[in-house]
Amino acid sequence: MHMADALLSPAVGMTLWAGTAAVGGYASKRLKEQIDDRMIPLMGVLGAFIFAAQMINFTIPGTGSSGHLGGGMILAILLGPHAAFLVMASVLTIQALFFADGGLLALGCNIWNLGVYPCYLVYPFIYKPLVGGGKTSGRILAASVVSVVLALQLGAFSVVLETLFSGKSELPFGAFVLLMQPIHLAIGTVEGFITAGMINYVQSTRPGILDGMAASRPAGAEVSLKKVLAIFAVLAVMTGGTLSWFASTQPDGLEWSIEKITGRKELPEQEHGIALVLKTIQEKTAFLPDYNFKPAGNEAKREEADLAWPRIEGGTSAAGIIGAAITLGMIVLIGMGIRSFRRR
Amino acid sequence: MSTRRDAGLDPFGPGLISRNYPMTFDEQYFNIGRLDRLSYQDTAVHHLDARVKVIATMLFLVTVISFPKYEVVALVPFFLFPALIMTLGEIPVRFIFRKVLLVSPFAILVGIFNPFLDTATVAVIWGVPVSGGCLSFVSILLKFALTISAALLLVATTSFPGVCHALRRLGLPSLFVSQLLFLYRYLFVLTEETMRITRARDMRAFGVRGTGVRVFVRLIGVLFIRTVDRAERIYRAMLSRGFQGDIPSLRCSRMAATDLAYLAATVSLLAVLRFFRVTEGIGAFAQRLLP
Repeated sequence: MHMADALLSPAVGMTLWAGTAAVGGYASKRLKEQIDDRMIPLMGVLGAFIFAAQMINFTIPGTGSSGHLGGGMILAILLGPHAAFLVMASVLTIQALFFADGGLLALGCNIWNLGVYPCYLVYPFIYKPLVGGGKTSGRILAASVVSVVLALQLGAFSVVLETLFSGKSELPFGAFVLLMQPIHLAIGTVEGFITAGMINYVQSTRPGILDGMAASRPAGAEVSLKKVLAIFAVLAVMTGGTLSWFASTQPDGLEWSIEKITGRKELPEQEHGIALVLKTIQEKTAFLPDYNFKPAGNEAKREEADLAWPRIEGGTSAAGIIGAAITLGMIVLIGMGIRSFRRR
Repeated sequence: MSTRRDAGLDPFGPGLISRNYPMTFDEQYFNIGRLDRLSYQDTAVHHLDARVKVIATMLFLVTVISFPKYEVVALVPFFLFPALIMTLGEIPVRFIFRKVLLVSPFAILVGIFNPFLDTATVAVIWGVPVSGGCLSFVSILLKFALTISAALLLVATTSFPGVCHALRRLGLPSLFVSQLLFLYRYLFVLTEETMRITRARDMRAFGVRGTGVRVFVRLIGVLFIRTVDRAERIYRAMLSRGFQGDIPSLRCSRMAATDLAYLAATVSLLAVLRFFRVTEGIGAFAQRLLP
């Protein structure tokens, strides 16, 4: 469920990057205040652990397919929210760079979807109250399953929203949700059992370890509801700003989804003000916006295409296609030329 | 690829394209290792300042992504960047190509519906009507190939520690950067540990018994305990070498004139390709030359 660069628009990517950067800055600030030096290697090595554990496949009973560990929730339980968020962010960064899972622009989205929800929403407000003080294995099991399912559902839903707001995919909201949520319900249930199983196993074989880790956490690692709400409020405002930008740049995809969600056709009136300003800025920065080379021979065909849908140019004229072929050929030639030149 | 490796462990063997994303263990391991080895080569691209390469990659990504969803033709010239980096940096094309293919299922899955959902004809090319959905699907695929290869090439020409130190100097919290460096260093150690564990499991499981969830939970439990013990040993070893909570870099990097020239060239080329319809210009020129 990694979000991909190709499905993102810059506005959505940047918004989520900004949100992720803000949370990351907050997490490392809180950690730095009261960190035990012991935590630094522990966090790094646990990140490598999540990575290594993800590489072990297991068969899911009854289906024959194989699953693997996600890890956000397990980290939050072991390390507390701040440290877990940073570890998750570093795991995802390495995945983006080495396995190209998603890509670098989508990394903001992915850290948000897979890091912020388990660490800052589900862990403090769902997992901790559910587990309570007793920490019996039954309670750990119930709390883990509920938490992991919830975190994954939030993450999957965010992927849907990010894709929709980017407007690159034509997949309708309802169908996409129906595609994503049930799959992640199944994944989440299995992962919840695994999370609980691992914690209970460690608890029973080496009871000291988890307590030792809890003791070296920063003392005041509790997340206050007020701060979480404040962060989400800031993000809501930022998202709103982005949305209004979309209203001007990507009308079709967004209006469609807004219509579906709210039942109304357009955004409230005052948003057009921002959109207008942004649009004039955009028009000023994009020099020669309507620049087009004059086609030599295919006047008639171009006209036909223009009539069909004049708004979308896309460069699909004969000149465009010939140009694309020539460009690709030149790139290949340049590459091969340099290569053979270097060999000599 | 040496023939010795081809015998059993070649991660890029035949049939790779049809394989699912969760690769086999050995494949994943060698994949990271190969990218890492490529990054220590000695070429002009590898010598550029890491910060410049990070910034240039980000600018490239933003520019590619900023094209509207029906844009196809204008994206083609952008392949010049990966092509140049691959040839000048001596990165094997097939290696990058296969890695891009491996991760493509999600983008394809989400994009494949476009041709069926958006059937309005937007262009007629030599008599063949083309729907908007087809255009936007091709556009997604092109953007996908461009962005993914850009990210892979950044690591393959900069090395992961290089990227990390560049990020620190660009203002990322040092705590996060130490996390990345630690993770990367112990990734290989823990992966080998995991490889031994899974091998032991596979030898006893014969592919059937013992591959289920129950055994898996025990396995990662054991792996976790070993990991925590290892972290404790690492911490002691680091303390005895004067660790104070940060991993500084001794390498002092300075922006040279070539770095700035590279950045300037990238920015101007990106701007030209973004704001002028270069591809169509070339096409129109070619049409005029032909009778």
